[in-house]
This record gives sequence, structure tokens and C-alpha cells, in this order.
Amino acid sequence: MESIVGEIVAKYNYWIYVVLMMIGFYAMIGKRNLVKKLLGMNIFQTSIILFFVSTGVKKGGGIPIVDKYQGLAGTVEAASTVNPLPHVLMLTAIVVGVSVTGVALAVLQRIYREYGTLEEDEILEKIQR
Amino acid sequence: MKHLALIATLATGALLLYGTKDFPAWGDPQAPASTYLSPHYIEDAVEETHVPNIVTAVLGDYRGYDTMFETVVIYCAGMAVVSVLSRKREEE
Amino acid sequence: MRDIYEHSAGEDLIIKTSVRLLVPFIQLFGLYVIVHGHYSPGGGFQGGVILGAAFILLALAYDMKTSQEYMTIRVNALFTNLGAAIFIGVGAVSAIFGGLFLDYAALNKLIPLGPIEWHSFGIFLVEVGVGFTVMSIMVLLYWNLSSSGTLDEGL
Repeated sequence: MESIVGEIVAKYNYWIYVVLMMIGFYAMIGKRNLVKKLLGMNIFQTSIILFFVSTGVKKGGGIPIVDKYQGLAGTVEAASTVNPLPHVLMLTAIVVGVSVTGVALAVLQRIYREYGTLEEDEILEKIQR
Repeated sequence: MKHLALIATLATGALLLYGTKDFPAWGDPQAPASTYLSPHYIEDAVEETHVPNIVTAVLGDYRGYDTMFETVVIYCAGMAVVSVLSRKREEE
Repeated sequence: MRDIYEHSAGEDLIIKTSVRLLVPFIQLFGLYVIVHGHYSPGGGFQGGVILGAAFILLALAYDMKTSQEYMTIRVNALFTNLGAAIFIGVGAVSAIFGGLFLDYAALNKLIPLGPIEWHSFGIFLVEVGVGFTVMSIMVLLYWNLSSSGTLDEGL
């Protein structure tokens, strides 16, 4: 029992992301409103971004902006700076997320213009008539 | 239907939580993600590019392809929104 | 329904005046974030979003016509294409001058600054291109989504 609690406390960050991911995933597959599905996708994406950024954290590490003269002298230590690679990947992922949200909102507006509703069941009924 | 979604969500969450068993602890400097490529970036990026902000150096130089197609992605998103929504006012 | 919104927050004197005062500083800050991305947190994506937010704020406080006086649809399309062209052009020019695609050190044959300084300057050029594209696409997304495609009057 002690070891399980210790395990959970040492990795509590992953628990937060998994809970956020479950909220987003449930909204995506369980809700019937298309806007709610889109919001669920955004929550899902946020949990993945947080997960990736947290893999770059080092205990006691500073921001990934180093002193230029230290860097030129080659005296920067890798252990004192957080991992910059997840930050770069997530910077691009955020922009892709904004693009996906924009296109999805445009398609939702078009669906609303066509069918007059954003509820999944009502749209399916109107398609089948 | 809702119950099925809830069960699927809980199963996925449980699977992912089981997967965290093998993950490194929070803030571990010896984590696999921090030991393969990033020490090279942190130690040599300033010498190779003269940019103190390592994130900018990696974004613009080492991963230039990634950023270029990133720009293409938002470009395509803008074009897609225009072509999906665009119309004249008098159509209504 | 319509006349309630005629006199609502969008037409307020305080909001209009404060937005008119704020917009130049927001744009200056956006340019600072793009240009100073080498030494502080920032870069093309972040600065581009701030620059786009200035135009979106203008469109929110006044109306869409006013924001289209400051950035017409034609200029918006020009900036979108210019940003992507700068990025791909820098890569292509460095390939023409004997390096790999996006290998900025090859541009040293064009203007001799030194290969490492060209890495720094090439990153700057690329960030400016990204900033232009992100700014104009953000404004374009707002215009299209808020007016549902008509681009004449929105929120």
C-alpha cells in the first residue's frame, strides 16, 4: 500500500493529464452536440500539450534561454536547463490546434446554415428524409 | 449509449494510468526524453547559431522543415475557412 | 432585437477611445515580440497572434468595416502569401546558393556576414515570415467566422 501511494505521489502529473484526457474523450464520444464535441477535442489537446511540456521538466532547471557568453564558452550544463524540444513541438502543436479549431468552427457554421441545428440526432434525421 | 461512452472512457483512462507505471518521475533529469538529443541542443545551440533562446534556435534552424510546413498548415486552414464559408450577402 | 444592440457595449465612447489608444501599443508589442525572439520568450507565432489580436480588437470595439479600413482584404491576402513566400523563399535561395534546403549558412555567398551569423539572421527572416502569415490568418479567421463568410458586418 505504501509503495502504491508513493508511486502515485511521484507521478501525480500524469494522473492530472489522464483525468483531463478522459473529460475531453468523454465529451467527444458521449455528447450529441457538435460544439460540445469540438470543446472536448480542445480539452483533449490541452491535456496532451501539458503532458509533453511536463516531460521536459528537470528539477531545479531554468528556462531554456541561456546566457550568450556562457553558451559561446561552452560552459552551459544540460542538467541546469529544461528540455527545449517538447516546448518547440508544443508551440507548433498549439498553432495546429488553432487552425483545426478555426476550420471546425467554419464547418459547423456551414452545417448550421444547411440544417438549422447542431444536434447530431436532428441532423441525422434531416439527412435521412 | 452514454453508458457505453463512459465505459470506453474509463477503460482508456485505466489503460493510460497503467502505462504511467513505466514513466519517469516528475522532474527527473535522467528521464529518457531529456538525455538523447536535448543535451546537444542545450550545450551547442548557441555556438552553432548565436541565438541564446534555444527554443527559437530549434524552431527556426534545427527543425526548419517542421516550422515551414506549420506555416503551410495555417495557410491551408485560412484557405479552407474562406472556401467553406465565403458567400455574398444577397444569397439569404 | 436590433435596437438593443445599437446602443450596447460596441458603441461605447470609453471602449472606442481606449481601444484607439491601445492598438498602436499592442502592435508595437507584437513587433517587439517577433524581433526580440532571439533573446527572450517570443517569436513569429506569438508575435503574429498579438498583431492579429490588435486588428481583432479594432473589429470588436468598432465594427468590421473599420478594421477593414486599416487592413483591407487585399492587403490581408498579400500578407498571407508574403509570409509563406518569405519562409519558402529563404529556404529555396539557400538551396540555390549551394547549401541544403533551409541551410542558412549557404547564404554567406550572397552577403558575407559569416556562416554562424547567417544562421541567426536566417532564423530572424523566417520568424518574420511566420509572423506575417499568422497575423493575417488570425484576422481572416475572425472576419470569416464572425460574419459567417460575408465579410461585411459581424459582431
